[in-house]
Amino acid sequence: MSRSKAPWAFMALAIVVGLVMVGNEVPAQDAPGPYGLGFPATEEEIRAWDIDVSPNGEGLPPGRGTVKQGAAVYAAKCAACHGATGTEGPKDRLVGGQDTLATDQPVKTIGSFWPYATTLYDYIYRTMPYTAPQSLTPEEVYSIVAWLLFQNGIVVEDAVMDATTLPAVRMPNRDGFVSDPRPDVERRERGHSLIPGIPSRGLALWLEHR
Amino acid sequence: MDPASTIGHQEFDRQRDPQHHRTLGSDAGDDRDSRNASPEQGLNRRTFVARGLSFVGLAAVQGLAPAWAAGKPRIPDDPTRVPGSPPSAYGQRSTFEDASRLVSPSHSLTPLQALHGIITPSALHFERHHNGVPLIDPARHRLVIHGLVERPTLFTLDELMRFPSVSRTAFIECSGNSGGEWREPKGKTAQETHGLTSTSEWTGVSLATLLREAGAKPEAAWMLAEGSDAAAMTRSIPLASVLDEALVCYAQNGEALRPEQGYPLRLLLPGWEGNTCIKWLRRLKLGTTPFMTREETSRYTDLMPDGTARRFTFVMEAKSVITSPSGGQQITPGFVEIRGLAWSGRGRVTRVEVSTDGGRTWKLAGLQEPILPKCHTRFRFPWRWDGQETILQSRCIDEMGYRQPAREALITVRGVNSYYHYNAIQSWKLLPSGEVRNVQV
Repeated sequence: MSRSKAPWAFMALAIVVGLVMVGNEVPAQDAPGPYGLGFPATEEEIRAWDIDVSPNGEGLPPGRGTVKQGAAVYAAKCAACHGATGTEGPKDRLVGGQDTLATDQPVKTIGSFWPYATTLYDYIYRTMPYTAPQSLTPEEVYSIVAWLLFQNGIVVEDAVMDATTLPAVRMPNRDGFVSDPRPDVERRERGHSLIPGIPSRGLALWLEHR
Repeated sequence: MDPASTIGHQEFDRQRDPQHHRTLGSDAGDDRDSRNASPEQGLNRRTFVARGLSFVGLAAVQGLAPAWAAGKPRIPDDPTRVPGSPPSAYGQRSTFEDASRLVSPSHSLTPLQALHGIITPSALHFERHHNGVPLIDPARHRLVIHGLVERPTLFTLDELMRFPSVSRTAFIECSGNSGGEWREPKGKTAQETHGLTSTSEWTGVSLATLLREAGAKPEAAWMLAEGSDAAAMTRSIPLASVLDEALVCYAQNGEALRPEQGYPLRLLLPGWEGNTCIKWLRRLKLGTTPFMTREETSRYTDLMPDGTARRFTFVMEAKSVITSPSGGQQITPGFVEIRGLAWSGRGRVTRVEVSTDGGRTWKLAGLQEPILPKCHTRFRFPWRWDGQETILQSRCIDEMGYRQPAREALITVRGVNSYYHYNAIQSWKLLPSGEVRNVQV
């Protein structure tokens, strides 16, 4: 009995496997993904790299910093490249430049150009100081951010920056950005279709169309 | 034709690079000897093809290769009478060849004027990095996919290589390529004006395959891609726009990525700004909105005359440049094959037109197969120079019908402060002396 059933079972299995392969899917083995490759990332592993900070404040760590603390940290760790007041260089100018963007000599600084205050936290922690990126403590970053915002006339001198106050800071150039209107110079030749813009549809729509 | 006209190459090499100038200048006597010994001279004398552009003179090279100038390998008078070198484990280019990237602290430029075909040798692919080239052990490297996924997943390089692989020949162009040209004809050579674009065959795994493996959630719309360099370089990518073509690459031109190109792993978004093709890729985080990192707010946004700035201007629009004759080169009257590269981030190049009279008339250039979407395309136009002053230009049209704009049209719309995405028609002026100069008309 069992001898006569075995070939059927084998064939059925082969057909199922074959169908799965044709469907460009490979049965899961060690992981639940279609190819069974990769391994689960633990929360701890993700946390070590998950350093981005979004405009809504997501990703900001606990801690706080004041303008006064920031002046000291900036002088010690930033001024050598960005100047004593954030305007002298030799590297990027950080302060000033308001009302210059529409002129012949625009000065793009944190105060005149950056649309989100949270980006300051993200970028300073991620990349600064240039010779020792990701070495600053949350308190140091918050305080440098507070000082830079104060220098740019965006927060008051007794401001305290933390995970709640920083996302609430409204940058002067917050509404200064527009989406990509290209092609904006040369239009289509006759007989050609219009150039599609970049769709803003989500992943769901893309998956449906596959 | 005067064989001595080959000197031209040596001369423009000196102009182009002050360091080379010093090296060459120090042993001019040797240069002259080697030029006389060039076995190609007889050939050139018999052909009407102007030699100045077709090969790099022995003379120029000798000065740049102090190893053999110092007498290490002896050049045989007749290579058919002495045994050659044995096989080697990893090949090197001829010691006579010297095409080099032009290096600055933050980037290096591809010597487009010295290259042929469409593939950029990996060693000459332009570089742009934001805090140096990291040293990464591939055995320790991981890619993590997390955020809006069912299964936050880590991949080793070995595992990534087990997925179905995909190869794609595509250009990568820095959005700052030609950025110096907005205000003035700044670059002296095609390398200086256009050298932040290169083409390679890239191999890796489809991003869509990896996102399915991690179980991307349908509400995910944006992806943060992050590098493992000292800038932890990041960009936010709108997923639906890239999933059909995006690759996570581990190979370039048949071998592992070069360190400067993201070893051991990089993102490739064909046709998009080079900076979005995150190198040394370590992390992909899915979310519903852009993450608004510094590299898509303070940088890589395009300032317009009214003070607003365009953001997420991903696509590199159609562009072309004549690579020879080009700035800094020296040509002689007679036959000249005008050669260049054209490309579009929106698809295939369908037409390249060349003007030899400063834009008054345009003629179709020949396109070399293969003509691939979002890839450098080689064009050629046979011409005879009468020795009169004139201006050479090229413009391309892509399969979407977009035509590369004239400079005037471009700056009329965008002003001169946007820095990124300069794709205007390039003009090279030929002087009666045979010198080629960057001009703007």
